[in-house]
Amino acid sequence: MTTNGSTVQNHTITALVRDKPGVLNRVSSMFRRRGFNIVSLAVGHSEEPDLSRMTFVVEGDKRTIEQVNKHLHKLIDVIRVSEVSSDNVVSRELALIKIRATSETRSEIIQIVEIFNAKIAGVSPDHLIVEVTGDQDKIESLLGLVKRFGVMEVMRTGTIVMERWLGHLHDQQSGAKRRNWGEAASV
Amino acid sequence: MGIRMNGSQLLCESLVREGVVEIFGLPGGAILPLYQTLPEYPQLRHILTRHEQGAAHAADGYARVTGKVGVCWATSGPGATNLITGIATAQMDSVPIVAVVGQVARASIGTDAFQETDTTGITLPITKHNTLVMDPAEIPQVVKEAFHIAGTGRPGPVVIDVPKDVQTEEVELPYDSFDEFYNALEIDLPGYKPNLKGHNSQIRKAVKLIDEAEQPVILAGHGIIFSGAYDELRELAEKAQIPVITTLLGISSFPDDHILCVGMPGMHGMAYASIAIEEADLLIALGMRFDDRITGKPSAFARKSKKIHIDIDPSEIGKNIEVDVPIVGDLKRVLTKLNPQVKETTHTDWLQRIEELKAEHPSHVIRDANQLLPQLIVKELSEVTGGDAVVVTGVGQHQMWAAQHFTYKYPCTFITSGGSGAMGYEVPGAMGVQVGVPDKAVWSVAGDGGFQMTMCELATIVENRLPVKFAIINNNVLGMVHQWQEFFYDKSYVATAYTANPDFVKLADAFGIKAMRVTDKVQVRGAIEEAMAHDGPVVIDFVVEEEERVYPMIKAGGTIEDLVEEPDFAPWEVAR
Ligand SMILES: Cc1ncc(C[n+]2csc(CCOP(=O)(O)OP(=O)(O)O)c2C)c(N)n1
Ligand SMILES: [Mg+2]
Repeated sequence: MTTNGSTVQNHTITALVRDKPGVLNRVSSMFRRRGFNIVSLAVGHSEEPDLSRMTFVVEGDKRTIEQVNKHLHKLIDVIRVSEVSSDNVVSRELALIKIRATSETRSEIIQIVEIFNAKIAGVSPDHLIVEVTGDQDKIESLLGLVKRFGVMEVMRTGTIVMERWLGHLHDQQSGAKRRNWGEAASV
Repeated sequence: MGIRMNGSQLLCESLVREGVVEIFGLPGGAILPLYQTLPEYPQLRHILTRHEQGAAHAADGYARVTGKVGVCWATSGPGATNLITGIATAQMDSVPIVAVVGQVARASIGTDAFQETDTTGITLPITKHNTLVMDPAEIPQVVKEAFHIAGTGRPGPVVIDVPKDVQTEEVELPYDSFDEFYNALEIDLPGYKPNLKGHNSQIRKAVKLIDEAEQPVILAGHGIIFSGAYDELRELAEKAQIPVITTLLGISSFPDDHILCVGMPGMHGMAYASIAIEEADLLIALGMRFDDRITGKPSAFARKSKKIHIDIDPSEIGKNIEVDVPIVGDLKRVLTKLNPQVKETTHTDWLQRIEELKAEHPSHVIRDANQLLPQLIVKELSEVTGGDAVVVTGVGQHQMWAAQHFTYKYPCTFITSGGSGAMGYEVPGAMGVQVGVPDKAVWSVAGDGGFQMTMCELATIVENRLPVKFAIINNNVLGMVHQWQEFFYDKSYVATAYTANPDFVKLADAFGIKAMRVTDKVQVRGAIEEAMAHDGPVVIDFVVEEEERVYPMIKAGGTIEDLVEEPDFAPWEVAR
């Protein structure tokens, strides 16, 4: 399915789904069965009661991503699927990072944490727990910088996104680079 | 006021409202409350199968031939797992069935209780949808939605898993009658809105391509049959004089004896059909999914042509083959809008070219031989019945011969497990078909291998007085696999010979079924006529050569260059 020389990239897809038992299983089973590659997945309640929103970061070329969208949409419990383009969107992830810290390195780590607008969420004699929020790039670069101190544990939530012009379920959306596959499917 | 009912009654009442008449099934502990309720509903006819796989395949055959949703029941655990082959078959071929399965009581779920299986978990990837009902009050809603999901859009199987205590628990409904209650239920599926209409501007683009094409072909698939778009397909083909190629499951969507019919392409398709696809400048794919048995190597498939793809399932578009004009919609509706816009033309040269191809590559011609050729059996069957029969097959060589050599003149007369390729379909599938069309002749063209997988259903057939006729193409071998071993494994025939097949005549006799054995080609016609004259099921054991091959053949993943046509001699003649 992934040919044609098109480039493999990370794409962000959100899905509004019915909040019923087994929905996550249906979705993840579809990804597994069709061999789609999930980079991250975040799930939580949405603004509507009984509906959850899932954010996927999926790796693939254009054609694969189109198939991901369509197969997500095909699931009965999935109500709407949108692919969001990165320039139009607020994208955030939360990470907790446990970093080895001694009396010599502690202040240097704290400096880096400050530059990143991150927080010290926990302190103990031999480590610090750093809490950082941001897009994936920011978290990656913080991780890169503190690696040399010794990263003992990393916990990440996966990316969640929101489009800047704040689409609501029933809003008319216009102009934006949004692809709603429920409707695109009708071409 | 109000009515009190238990879960089983709610389920039966709902099935009755959905127009269910026949149910194929087999009881067990976890579904007993439901079964014990059946006597209250004489309008539901239960057909007791010998195996749950039979129940699922029968529901599938019934659904394919009637266009209604087929229903099967099974108990939890092994009953549910025995359904799996049938459910997967229905999923692959988009057949609407609803399977109701018993489950252990709610409190026991997750404890590995006796005969507990995670039915919704197991069937999740092989169903269009499934539901575990934890509250009896939800049963009518679940049933209503199950039939809606199974039968609309791209059809498919739905499983309803019902714990035993949900079947027995009583609920009070604030209505005077169940009818009133059921009618008031609204389908609440915000994520399921099949697009049926087809986009007008896309249709216009398609019309333009059709008008401009010089060498167009139509590829007609199962979707034509589901949509009942026979007349619309024919109208399009005749108006613009476009040859029609039918996929395996598209066979009988267009009359084989029509001058524009070019037959089946692909792995074992007619050579001229496969070549026509390669030469075409426009493919009009209708309700088909570019299966690998048709495309071979996708990147080398029909490179010269533009492509229009009309299908009800958006996820099929662009899945295997990139297309120029996709249209999502129901074929009958889309073609009804498209046909009037298409220009009348003749394509004389192109049709002339197709005739040439047919003459140069006579794939449909059966060679002269003294032996009893399986192809000839199918051809005689076609002639004796005049095409006025429903042919059901198993999977293998006999299936391909049945696809190639029978002239299907009437809609929906060829029923076969295509996507799954499930051997064993030939007995219960034919049984379900016969239940669906009791007044039609139903012929099962069976493999000796597949027949033995599900022949227990002969008992069900007798019990229910179903006059199914079986033509066992008995080559004493798993023929198609044997053929692959010859072609691709240097004739290393491992585990394909059946050296101790039962005596099928005696076997049928044991079931109380009339049976005949045919070993010579002069007996074929007489045997078929005798079977047709018999008012009841018949088994004919056609003993044929083991070393007969299906031609043409394009190897898996191959291209038109890999096309192998029938040699002038049979392989077994060389072997001697
Ligand atoms: C359930 C199942 N098991 C295995 C296969 C693989 N298979 C495909 S064709 C075939 C041989 C079928 O033998 P038979 O029913 O005698 O038909 P023939 O090819 O001889 O006509 C086999 C084993 C299958 N399709 N389905
Ligand atoms: Mg055989």
